[in-house]
Amino acid sequence: MEGHAGTRSSLVWAANIATALMVLLWTIPTFGLLLTSLRDRDQIAASGWWKAPFASEQNSFVRAGTAVDQVAEGAIWVIVGNVLDEGEKLLAWGTNSRVPGAYAPDATVTLANDQVLTVAADGAYRLTSPSQFTETRGMRIFVTTLSPPRFTFENYTRVIGAEGLGQAFLNTFTVTIPATIIPILIAAFAAYALAWMEFPGRALLIAAIVGLLVVPLQLALIPLLKLHNDIGLGKGYMGIWLAHTGFGLPLAIYLLRNYMVGLPREIIESARVDGASDFQIFRRIILPLSFPALASFAIFQFLWVWNDLLVATVFLGNTREQLVMTGVLRELMGSRGGDWEILAASAFVSIAIPLVVFFAMQKYLVRGLLAGSVKGG
Amino acid sequence: MATVSLRNLVKAYGKTEVLHAISLDVADGEFVVFVGPSGCGKSTTLRMIAGLEEVSAGEIWIGDRAVNHLEPKDRNIAMVFQNYAIYPHMTVRKNIGFGLRTSKLSKPDRNRRIDEVAAILSMTDYLERKPAQLSGGQRQRVAIGRAMVRDPAVFLFDEPLSNLDAQLRTQMRLEIKKLHQRVGTTVIFVTHDQVEAMTMADRIVIMKDGSIQQVGTPAEVFHQPANIFVAQFIGAPSMNMLPARYAGGQISVAGQSIKATLPLPDGSDLTVGIRPDDLLVSAEPALFAGIVSVLEPLGSETLAHIDIGGRDLIATADGRSPPAVGARVHLAADTANLHFFAPTGEAVR
Repeated sequence: MEGHAGTRSSLVWAANIATALMVLLWTIPTFGLLLTSLRDRDQIAASGWWKAPFASEQNSFVRAGTAVDQVAEGAIWVIVGNVLDEGEKLLAWGTNSRVPGAYAPDATVTLANDQVLTVAADGAYRLTSPSQFTETRGMRIFVTTLSPPRFTFENYTRVIGAEGLGQAFLNTFTVTIPATIIPILIAAFAAYALAWMEFPGRALLIAAIVGLLVVPLQLALIPLLKLHNDIGLGKGYMGIWLAHTGFGLPLAIYLLRNYMVGLPREIIESARVDGASDFQIFRRIILPLSFPALASFAIFQFLWVWNDLLVATVFLGNTREQLVMTGVLRELMGSRGGDWEILAASAFVSIAIPLVVFFAMQKYLVRGLLAGSVKGG
Repeated sequence: MATVSLRNLVKAYGKTEVLHAISLDVADGEFVVFVGPSGCGKSTTLRMIAGLEEVSAGEIWIGDRAVNHLEPKDRNIAMVFQNYAIYPHMTVRKNIGFGLRTSKLSKPDRNRRIDEVAAILSMTDYLERKPAQLSGGQRQRVAIGRAMVRDPAVFLFDEPLSNLDAQLRTQMRLEIKKLHQRVGTTVIFVTHDQVEAMTMADRIVIMKDGSIQQVGTPAEVFHQPANIFVAQFIGAPSMNMLPARYAGGQISVAGQSIKATLPLPDGSDLTVGIRPDDLLVSAEPALFAGIVSVLEPLGSETLAHIDIGGRDLIATADGRSPPAVGARVHLAADTANLHFFAPTGEAVR
């Protein structure tokens, strides 16, 4: 018995570790994408996203003041200023581009022409000279600084506005919401009839629907588009709603029917004896009890329509008013393939809603999937 | 309230006939229990009365209407199911009130009706709860309440107590019986438990393999069983059966002769039945004698398994001074309490 117990606990551990690994595998890229989308172009070029939360060392130079900034202090001429930006910390400085970090903060260095330069730890510098400065361009002070982490929403404002992702986001919503709701409405009725109403040919109908599950939708794209054009539907939202509805229905009916058929027969019979009509049974009893399955299918259909490019390309136009987010992303990949900050922000905009949907309804996802497969599950 | 009448009721699935021309008249206000082993067709009969199964042949009358082709909701019946079949997503109040949705009662009237029913079932405090928060007995009460609220002509119960534990079952048994006495509605109750049948029924219908074996009051089916099946099915422990032979006004059984006059031809085989309650362990020489093999003390009495030369009989001994295992005892029985069955299984008197 002890051996069994031991095996089981080690298996539990293995399962936990595997789960943790999978969670990491899934969350790390998402998190990286989020951080990347919040950084500007230079930061992305300078370091990886995993360094974004920490202060980073940066080399740059600052030009000291010119002749116009000089002030006479007794016999000497002085230029003062600061080499640091808000929040930065000075690590080292120099006057030569070959050794940019030659001196420690607070060091004093004598330069050519008896000029003396002091850069304090707080970034204040003081350049003195016995003779009047004549430079019209300030001398370069090389600094090595520690910059605090910095995040920006600039990328988002840019992609949502200028790059047209905001409009595409709305377009995607316009496609997705009806394309999720319509098939659920139809499938729920069909599933009830296939599960609980006796009529000739029911088994054949179920078999046909299961058969439709394995038909690739690409098969129907062109004929369906032709049909849409012939009946005057053309390319537009109505057309894509109908297309998504049709492509989603077999799975929807199959999932819901399997769930409904697992509901206790006695509950339905009892309602019939209590005087409920088929429609009342459907609305008062079956629908509320099938909520997990409905939610589960809603998630599937929502994600699939949201991420769809193919159907949208075929059934929607290419104008700004109709282009969905996946379409815009594809265009951005072409025109701005090197601009990671743009791509990361765009990608994150497009996954934000699926993430929200997933986290809000994840318990129904698993429950609905298992439903019908396990008796009483 | 109404009478229920089954006339040559047949149920067939394809070519397989599972109910063979059942006929039965249930009087108004009567409590009739269908009892039998599983697969005997008792639940099918009930579901046909409810309208949940098609009738293959024959007629069902409720009151003065043939209801064969009526929907369940038009038959003015209410049914309580084995697994309660209450709606898990509704409160107790909504569950009980579900059957009133289609009625023409106003909302306050409906609520008053629900409250009345809840009071009868002492569920008033639980009206706003969900079924998941109720115990098994309370759930069954909700199911009964849902049936009661519509004030049907006939109550149908399909093994409503078999999911409850033994103590609760006894309690609910009594409650259903009291309920019947109070409301006086016709009840048809299906069970496989002969104790339930005996304790609750006005009349018991014993079924086997799709046919009615006997219809009678609990006393009738117990004391005058129609055949061997009924004799053994009703009463616990089962009736002792001994092979015997009838010749010249004498029945010879297990080496003994008993005087009897039976409507059987001379020299025919028969079976003699003795209920364990009627077979008493006695010190005096009596009908049979044998060795005690096992004792089952029940408190007020002790069941003794007695081996009488290769046959095991169950007899009743006094609970205070039972015989010892291995002892040789005598078994006495009043010959008036013996049951005789012809080779066909039918009782002969």
